[in-house]
Amino acid sequence: MISATEAAASRVQAFLSKRGKGIGLRLGVKTTGCSGLAYKLEFVDSSNSDDEMFESNGIKIFVDQKSLKYLDGTVLDYTKEGLQEGFKFTNPNVKDECGCGESFTV
Amino acid sequence: MALLQIAEPEMSGVPHQRNIAIGIDLGTTNSIVATVKSGEAVVLSDQDGKNLIPSVVNYGEDTVIVGRAAQKLRVTDPANTIVSVKRFMGRSFADLDPEITYPYKFVKQASHIQINTRQGIKDSVQVSADILKSLKALATDSLGEEAVGAVITVPAYFDDAQRIATKHAAELAGLNVLRLLNEPTAAAIAYGLDSKQEGIFLVYDLGGGTFDVSILRLNKGVFEVLAVSGDTHLGGDDFDHRLFCYILQKSNLSQLSDEDTALLLVKSREVKEQFSIKEKVALNVVLSNKKIVNILITRVEFEEIVHNLVQKTMLPVKKALRDAKLSKDDISEIIMVGGSTRLLPIRQAVREFFAKEPLTSINPDEVVAIGASIQANVLVGNTKDDWLLLDVTPLSLGVETMGGLTEKIIPRNSPIPVARAQEFTTYKDGQTAMTIHVVQGEREMVADCRSLARFTLRGIPPMVAGQPRIRITYQIDADGLLTVSAKEMSTGIISQIEVKPSYGLSGDEIQSMLAESIDNADKDMQMRFYQEAVVDAKALIDSIEKAIIQDSDLLLDGEMDKISHVSMQLKVKIARIVDDYTEATTQIKNLTNQLNDVSNNFASRRMNQAISASLKGKNVSQVLTENE
Repeated sequence: MISATEAAASRVQAFLSKRGKGIGLRLGVKTTGCSGLAYKLEFVDSSNSDDEMFESNGIKIFVDQKSLKYLDGTVLDYTKEGLQEGFKFTNPNVKDECGCGESFTV
Repeated sequence: MALLQIAEPEMSGVPHQRNIAIGIDLGTTNSIVATVKSGEAVVLSDQDGKNLIPSVVNYGEDTVIVGRAAQKLRVTDPANTIVSVKRFMGRSFADLDPEITYPYKFVKQASHIQINTRQGIKDSVQVSADILKSLKALATDSLGEEAVGAVITVPAYFDDAQRIATKHAAELAGLNVLRLLNEPTAAAIAYGLDSKQEGIFLVYDLGGGTFDVSILRLNKGVFEVLAVSGDTHLGGDDFDHRLFCYILQKSNLSQLSDEDTALLLVKSREVKEQFSIKEKVALNVVLSNKKIVNILITRVEFEEIVHNLVQKTMLPVKKALRDAKLSKDDISEIIMVGGSTRLLPIRQAVREFFAKEPLTSINPDEVVAIGASIQANVLVGNTKDDWLLLDVTPLSLGVETMGGLTEKIIPRNSPIPVARAQEFTTYKDGQTAMTIHVVQGEREMVADCRSLARFTLRGIPPMVAGQPRIRITYQIDADGLLTVSAKEMSTGIISQIEVKPSYGLSGDEIQSMLAESIDNADKDMQMRFYQEAVVDAKALIDSIEKAIIQDSDLLLDGEMDKISHVSMQLKVKIARIVDDYTEATTQIKNLTNQLNDVSNNFASRRMNQAISASLKGKNVSQVLTENE
């Protein structure tokens, strides 16, 4: 189960309408970064056969089976931190993060 | 964590471009380089059309020769021709087997193995780098472009020192190491087992002189190594030797010259290889003393000769299954790696044991390099796949605690990359520094484990014993390299070390360390309980003695004598040499309880005094506020 907060969902919707196409958001993990795994966040134009789809606050979130193992229970939020503004993952599977937070270990 | 932005589909990370990536199987005897061309993995050949490049380096007057040409110089220039350098990787001179005589001039004082050659002192990293340089040149020549990255395979049992040495050699050769990959994992990739959704695979790797068994699990496209096992002194050479002995026996030969021994060993090997296609093999050799050896060996005879060796390979197979807590029915595929798995009796034994046909369609000499090249191709971003390859720690990693005990932080067979943290505290009041001793092994006592590193965390604010929280984190990256850090949680001061042990462990030593831990499991646990009881007892004695000095006025008449009496008994008991640890543990625990009992009232009086002192002159709301 993957969900998005209201703040995140409304941002995604805004981005999608600005972009003019796309059916939702893709969350995933890939094998790079200083702690082993790194997050992937992309627009989706068409879904893949092995995707799981979750609807949350009116947006569609696609996750491939492999990534879901590492992401199950994740909540996507949109926040401001200092001058930065962007999406934030709250992932209950994470045991350790690297200093930059872009990669993690489960 | 850092905040992220959304990327275009498939564009997060490296943009797609055509990058050449290579996979290298850096072997003890031979090395192989492979790449993926137009979606297909191929092994690269040298000018002579040969795929296997002997891992041999010759240092001439002003030349460095690698491969077959170097191998020919072994006879004429042995001191400057280095063979099997992989056995020296990450090892010290003291690790060398004194039984084996090497033709090299070793630099004896060095902390790691160094050889004095015509071109000066060379260590194992430099020699390996020369092999890798030659493989890199071969790849550049046949691909017309330099590779942007390489995946290099290592045995699953390689420890940190051996992995670091391999990585350094590759860097020295000017290769961009994408990652080190365990050999069995590479073999599984070569067979495309990742395309299945799930399964448990056993990799049976019988090379010339070593035997490795690994069990891999694939779950939703994710590989994980469950267990490794093996025998470092079992391989194709042993089969040659058995056949050699049989030929001597059958032809009534004895006391051969060195030349004839070498000749017959080569012939034995040829005969062995022919049994993969023939029912019977004729041997016809003329020895140096003109004696003629002319015999016929049938496949049935051959199978009898090697029967014991074949059965011997099944022991590590069973052990790996036990370690992974699996039965043979759980194995969905068996992958055959190494030239010796071409032998029919081997395939037969594996087939019978698992009641399943093993995978043999890819050349068993090349399968590891092929898997490495496929992985390299993925890592430089040429495909849409991104596997999460998980490997495993061969031995537990732990930290020394009071009493010389081992506290395991990362248990053996943990999939890597992995990070585990545990909190520790101080033992003495006002302690401001803590030594972190990193050990490797399965035993309960630090003295029986292998010491990897030691470092000190300083600047802990002085507090009562047991109050500071020191978080110790062990992190192993995707290449199996260990970083240990210690952080004092209230101040955030941190101290860390990257473990680069000066010498490594062989698969043999790992096996014997594991065997010892099983043999000594009971004794170790008794010892551990005993040491824990001693640590507790000493801590209690320590705190009571300190209390008596501070608050002797709170002691009642005779109380001091009682406490001293029990305390003395306990001290004597701790100092005594122990025969029976279980009994000694019980006695120490009983005395510790007694000491607790006789000092209990004194302790409560101190507590009451401390509380009333802190409450004096304050009203209830003040006290509550302070405690918030």
